[in-house]
Amino acid sequence: MSQPPRIIEVRKNVLKQNDTIARGLRERFRESGVFVVSLVSSPGSGKTAFLEKTLSLLRLDHQVAALVGDLATENDALRLARSGAPVKQITTGTLCHLEAVMVQNALDGWEPKPLDFLFIENVGNLVCPSSYDLGENLRLVLTSVTEGEDKPLKYPTIFNGADVAIITKMDLAAAVEFDEATAIANIRAVRPGIELFKISSKSGQGMESLMKYLRARLAETREMSPN
Amino acid sequence: MHELSIAMSIVDMACEEASRRSVRVSAVHLRLGELSGIVKEALLSSYEMACLDTPLQGSQLLIEAVPVVVYCPKCKERRSLSSVQWLSCNECGTPTGEVLQGKEMEVVALEIVE
Repeated sequence: MSQPPRIIEVRKNVLKQNDTIARGLRERFRESGVFVVSLVSSPGSGKTAFLEKTLSLLRLDHQVAALVGDLATENDALRLARSGAPVKQITTGTLCHLEAVMVQNALDGWEPKPLDFLFIENVGNLVCPSSYDLGENLRLVLTSVTEGEDKPLKYPTIFNGADVAIITKMDLAAAVEFDEATAIANIRAVRPGIELFKISSKSGQGMESLMKYLRARLAETREMSPN
Repeated sequence: MHELSIAMSIVDMACEEASRRSVRVSAVHLRLGELSGIVKEALLSSYEMACLDTPLQGSQLLIEAVPVVVYCPKCKERRSLSSVQWLSCNECGTPTGEVLQGKEMEVVALEIVE
């Protein structure tokens, strides 16, 4: 007769490997003094347009670079390279999200230095990226006016895990009858206290105050952990 | 759909533990937070696939759902939520972003046959 199963305690975080690598990245970023910002959103929310604008604005007085995750094409990297900032593509194949090890591999032998800001554009997806720490200082979640107001309620996990919410394509708000108050209430419902910005990458609306915020966060981080 | 990568990590972790102890694993106990971003049903079917052709083939994944617990700054207490779409104290309604529990994705135990 076979013995009944015995239970042994394990207690291991399933994402331990990712978290360990992310911790290493965070330490590496802290040592080199770079402020790392990641971007998540659904496909077509305007991450690339936003990043293109952000890189060209910040480039005026800072050293900036970007890593771009994309399933198959290099279109985003090519678009971003127009800003003049160093850009590297991470092609994820069929993987729906970036993991810390991909960031680590992309940085090996590339890291342009010394950087002030490094942006990491995740794969367009509002579900999968939420579970993976990439070692970033700040996680931005973008949602566009054309997606309607209820994205935060449909994807609470990703909004809850973000530090800053950005409503994009504000120049189209009137055309799509975007209900701004409801959208903001929904974002705040799933993530009370989140920083919130309304922007248009096309017209530039709201971009300066967001850049001011990013510069302040960089200064604050450097002050807290001087090299 | 990143449940398959998660399932594969769980299987890897359990296989490693099993070979280290020279035992066979018949079930894996997992604690899964409601804010982990993982869908239980998708994880269960991914787990079956991830087990194929491994020493864990035929084993079971037993999932314990972990509800979200927040800290209410007004009550100064640990509180549950009425829904994951409304991060606020279920007693007084104060919004709070301080999540104390509910993001877990943790293998807590293995059932083994020696």
